[in-house]
Amino acid sequence: MIRALLFLFGLSAPVQAQEQIVAGMSQNRVSITADFDGSEILIYGAVKREAPPPEGQGPLEVIVTVEGPATPVVVRRKDRVAGIWLNNAEVRVSSAPSFYAVATTGPLDHILSDTDNLRHAITIERVIRAVGITSDADKAGEFLLGLLRVRTNEGRYRVLQGKVELTEETLFRTDVVLPANLTEGEYKVRLFLLRDKRVIATQDRVIGVRKEGLERWVFNLAQEQPLLYGLISLVLAALAGWGASAAFRLMRT
Amino acid sequence: MQLYLPIAEVSVNAFLILGLGGIVGFLSGMFGVGGGFLITPLLFFIGVPPAVAVATGANQVVASSVSGVLAQMRRKGVDFTMGWVLLAGGLAGSAIGVWVFRLMTKAGQVDLFVQLSYVIFLGLIGAMMFQESLRSLLRARKTGVQVRRAHVHSWVHGLPLKMKFRASGLYISVIPPLLIGAAVGFLAAIMGVGGGFIMVPAMIYLLGMPTKVVIGTSLFQIIFVTAFTTVMHAVTSQTVDMMLALVLILGGVVGAQIGSRVGMRLKAEQLRILLSLLVLTVSIRIAVDLLVTPEELYSVAMGALP
Repeated sequence: MIRALLFLFGLSAPVQAQEQIVAGMSQNRVSITADFDGSEILIYGAVKREAPPPEGQGPLEVIVTVEGPATPVVVRRKDRVAGIWLNNAEVRVSSAPSFYAVATTGPLDHILSDTDNLRHAITIERVIRAVGITSDADKAGEFLLGLLRVRTNEGRYRVLQGKVELTEETLFRTDVVLPANLTEGEYKVRLFLLRDKRVIATQDRVIGVRKEGLERWVFNLAQEQPLLYGLISLVLAALAGWGASAAFRLMRT
Repeated sequence: MQLYLPIAEVSVNAFLILGLGGIVGFLSGMFGVGGGFLITPLLFFIGVPPAVAVATGANQVVASSVSGVLAQMRRKGVDFTMGWVLLAGGLAGSAIGVWVFRLMTKAGQVDLFVQLSYVIFLGLIGAMMFQESLRSLLRARKTGVQVRRAHVHSWVHGLPLKMKFRASGLYISVIPPLLIGAAVGFLAAIMGVGGGFIMVPAMIYLLGMPTKVVIGTSLFQIIFVTAFTTVMHAVTSQTVDMMLALVLILGGVVGAQIGSRVGMRLKAEQLRILLSLLVLTVSIRIAVDLLVTPEELYSVAMGALP
């Protein structure tokens, strides 16, 4: 029934159904182990068509976004008060992704219209604004720019314009590097096909990022048995201190 | 070799951490300071989140202090009686400090508060110690005779509840050490450090303890203060990173052993002058941060996952 409705909807808006995405990824889970040092994920796909590419329309464009788990953040601004730089104002953002990469076939403002950006929340500015800023709406803009700048410098937010390779309007691929300081959780991958600045097809995928092995064990212990964890940390510290002392005494005699 | 830290959620170079631990351990063994005031800013600098840096720094200080105390015990450099008295005052002071810290956190200015206390206390203590030790070093060089002990008889010696501190060769009231312990515990809780850099000069100049027992005794009480802090952080905010602590500790305990051996070769005045220079450097470094226009005015603090 739902499928039939979707089909009907598809017929009424033929542009949407004509070209579809068939996508794949080199891996759909990332394990964070002790020697984890970032990971590169290949996202690739093809455009499936029932008919030849439509005529009289602009060229096909592709946008791929990867979005890490979102957390609330506090953005603070320093001001000079009595000669000292101190945190003087803050804006709380209820939800900002811990990682966001957007890869495209061309400059974003050439291939994507504002309305479709608003609708699909594609650029990082839109993703954050979509959820909303809770306080001080009038100066929020500056703080948002500050947030974007800080996170871009940290490598958490990336705009990779022109980094999606598109061959013969059919095959596309892009590499997204996940940094070493990765937050655990579900990473949402979205793929968009565009013509004439309008989104004509989308598809979603998920990459699961999880700590494994020793990392998992330590993290779980810290969360579930905090007192035991604290005491183990102390015992390890004391043992190490005593061990080094004993070893040095042995070395001297 | 990269190492991913499970709690801090950053990937760091293991050898860099090992080196940091070693340097701080070396200074700790040499001067009898825990090194918390060094390790915490250094960890910030390599990208460890502040909360994790403070908590894990405390854990590392436990290890280097144990290692340092054991080295000092062999040369009879620990006054246990004095250590317990200071500790009793210290725990009371740190309870008050934790309470004030919570008030400041609510007011949203905890960063500034911590930075200002660093500048003021490190600056004052460093300057005082530098001036005093420089003077006694010059005097010792000029006359070539043993320097007069820094403490003088004063009202402090008229107080009741006198107690014998054999290792220090003191017979004084327990009230001054209790108060000093409390003051140090208070500052330690606010600044997130063991308080050795305040304790060491306080023991030398206010209590008149001989330098040879000061380092061991200071380290002895730091073990307990930082152990308490570590467990508190582990329970309340889960910010102790065991993996980070272990690598820091590995470097730290070795450094502490070497440091305490180097320290034995130096004269007390030389040791004090070096410590005062170290303390002054950290103080000036933080003051510069407060005064110079920062490159990035905005900072981002991540909240908890929903």
